[in-house]
Amino acid sequence: MTDVLTPVLTENWGTPGSWQLENYRSRGGYAAARKALTEMTAAQVISEVKDAGLRGRGGAGFPTGAKWSFIPRDSPKPTYLVVNCDESEPGTCKDMPLLMASPHTLLEGVIIASYAVNAHQAFIYVRGEVLHIVRRVRKAVEDARAAGFLGTDIFGSGYDLEVVVHAGAGAYICGEETALLDSLEGRRGQPRLRPPFPAVAGLYASPTVVNNAESISAVPAIIRHGAAWYQSMGTERSKGTTIYSLSGHVRNPGQFEAPLGITLRQILELSGGMRQGHHLKFFTPGGSSTPMLTPDYLDVPLDYESVAKSGSILGTKALQCFDETTSVVRTTLRWTEFYKHESCGKCTPCREGSWWLVQTLRNIEAGRGQEGDIEKMLDVCDNTSMKSFCTLADGFVAAITSAIKHFRPEFEAGYHTPAWELFPYEKSALFARPRQVEEVAS
Amino acid sequence: MTRPNAQPADRTIGLAGKEMHTMSGHEFVSSYDDASGIDTSTEQTRIGEHTIEEMRGLAARYPDRRSALLPMLHLVQSVDGYLSNAGIKICAEVLGLTTAQVNGVATFYSMYKRRPPGRHHIGVCTTSVCAVLGGDILLEHMEQRLGIHEGETSPDGQFSLERIECNAACDFAPIMMVNWEFMDNMTPEKADELIDRLAAGKPVQSTRGATVVDWKQAERVLAGFDDGRADEGPSAGDASLRGLEIARRNDWHAPDDPGSGSLGEEQK
Repeated sequence: MTDVLTPVLTENWGTPGSWQLENYRSRGGYAAARKALTEMTAAQVISEVKDAGLRGRGGAGFPTGAKWSFIPRDSPKPTYLVVNCDESEPGTCKDMPLLMASPHTLLEGVIIASYAVNAHQAFIYVRGEVLHIVRRVRKAVEDARAAGFLGTDIFGSGYDLEVVVHAGAGAYICGEETALLDSLEGRRGQPRLRPPFPAVAGLYASPTVVNNAESISAVPAIIRHGAAWYQSMGTERSKGTTIYSLSGHVRNPGQFEAPLGITLRQILELSGGMRQGHHLKFFTPGGSSTPMLTPDYLDVPLDYESVAKSGSILGTKALQCFDETTSVVRTTLRWTEFYKHESCGKCTPCREGSWWLVQTLRNIEAGRGQEGDIEKMLDVCDNTSMKSFCTLADGFVAAITSAIKHFRPEFEAGYHTPAWELFPYEKSALFARPRQVEEVAS
Repeated sequence: MTRPNAQPADRTIGLAGKEMHTMSGHEFVSSYDDASGIDTSTEQTRIGEHTIEEMRGLAARYPDRRSALLPMLHLVQSVDGYLSNAGIKICAEVLGLTTAQVNGVATFYSMYKRRPPGRHHIGVCTTSVCAVLGGDILLEHMEQRLGIHEGETSPDGQFSLERIECNAACDFAPIMMVNWEFMDNMTPEKADELIDRLAAGKPVQSTRGATVVDWKQAERVLAGFDDGRADEGPSAGDASLRGLEIARRNDWHAPDDPGSGSLGEEQK
């Protein structure tokens, strides 16, 4: 049996100066990159990652090694590795602390992954609204280059690699891999129709691997300790260790690295549970795009298969927990407003669907809903889901339909009573409204 | 872009058609209200030959020059304080694009501002977790405190306020951002103190980052020009270390690697 928590990616986060090259190296950092480049062939690296069972940690859960193996070996065009650090899914907050505390873990993974797919140019796309993380990642690249871990003839292996750190400019949709590629090409970040998939025609229409930051960061440990070691953690088909992000009305929110398959009940018990005097009402297992679940699902193993079986998606493992003071209508509206704001506008069902759903939900929140509004929303959802280039619309459809499934009476109450009367919003907050604001409002 | 005037207009739409007057049954509401606040006539800019040279340098970092457009637009903002008309034209000239192509990109991303934000750009997260835990109260309080609505800049140019979407710090909710530095676990009192310090020109330390620089300086870093502050601030915030601390207390760790004999190699 493995331990309940298994810090690997997070292991050095508490060390002073953990982001600095010398500290990373003093803990054995870059040994895995050296091993890969000097002792292993690219094919061996790919097999090791495949055998480890590593699956994409950005939400989709696609096997990382398999993705790498799709890259054609005989392409006349250069191959690119692009790392997706555009973390913006509501609730998701694992990649940013990883990049802040240990950017060299990511960078070592970038070197190994680029070598595996024979890329000589890699891009790290970081969302723009996180200034200090951009600084840390860029400094890591500069320091690694100065130490000879990037550039030409790395570790005397004859292998060359350059890395560019690219800051985004504020757009959730750029976390979608093809939108990210368009954004990186200097265009509006709008998803592309597939096929062709990025492995065939990605960045600059060249073969491209796009991986999430946490997926790439898991690679050095796999190369260092081997596939069998990685496989020894997790469940039958969800292997390894991963970062769970706990947020909301909990006593101690934060990051918890555990083998795949830990339950929310376990994480809540370890961390001190919900805030004093309150209990869990609903949670998302993997960000706002994954259908919400009720306390009935506290014992679902948080791995890809078990969460899918319970009617949701493991997603980014962003466990947003809300207590009984929370209006489901309010949170669902807020998420839907998020998707409306972030819809790129390319596909009509998503652009129009999100807009109309926001109108309907606002009426329901204000107690101005009308008989039939729930059915209308479900109908709009049905006409929106799976009808666009990407899955953004499927995200808000999941939020709305799961909310209605579990809490329909709250939406019906919105035909006559405002949500803030049923669930006074002050009770959900961690602090009271300041006095002068109340005076002006009344 | 933020659309400060769009929300009240949206709210007046009645789905049952009661409040609609036009032939199609759909009242026309422009979603592009903020275009009205943009001065399209001015050609003023502080961008000179030096900045244009820096733009060419950015373009040279990429296999295809156009990839530098996002960094270049950040650079324009770092010099002019917003996306100036002249800046857009210069980007187009440097990359061999039309101004329409550059505008198309510029209007897509929320961090590009066609009207000048303040020296200190304040973001308040109001996506679900932050909103529920107090973000809505914080936004209302900041509007009150700064005397501006979200999407606006104070008349003295010191502050601007934006309702931001999820900023990947949900375990520190509710959060605010100042010039894109984290201000974690905010309260109205902490927010007041923050504004007081910024207004008085006193240094402000991000809870998980560097000493706060002004908005234009932040834009320069995002464009790709470092300011040497990467080593400031902590490795991680308390919440980031929660699981790690519990593991330490219980002596929990990942399984031992039986064959890990030669791994200290890089230490030499």
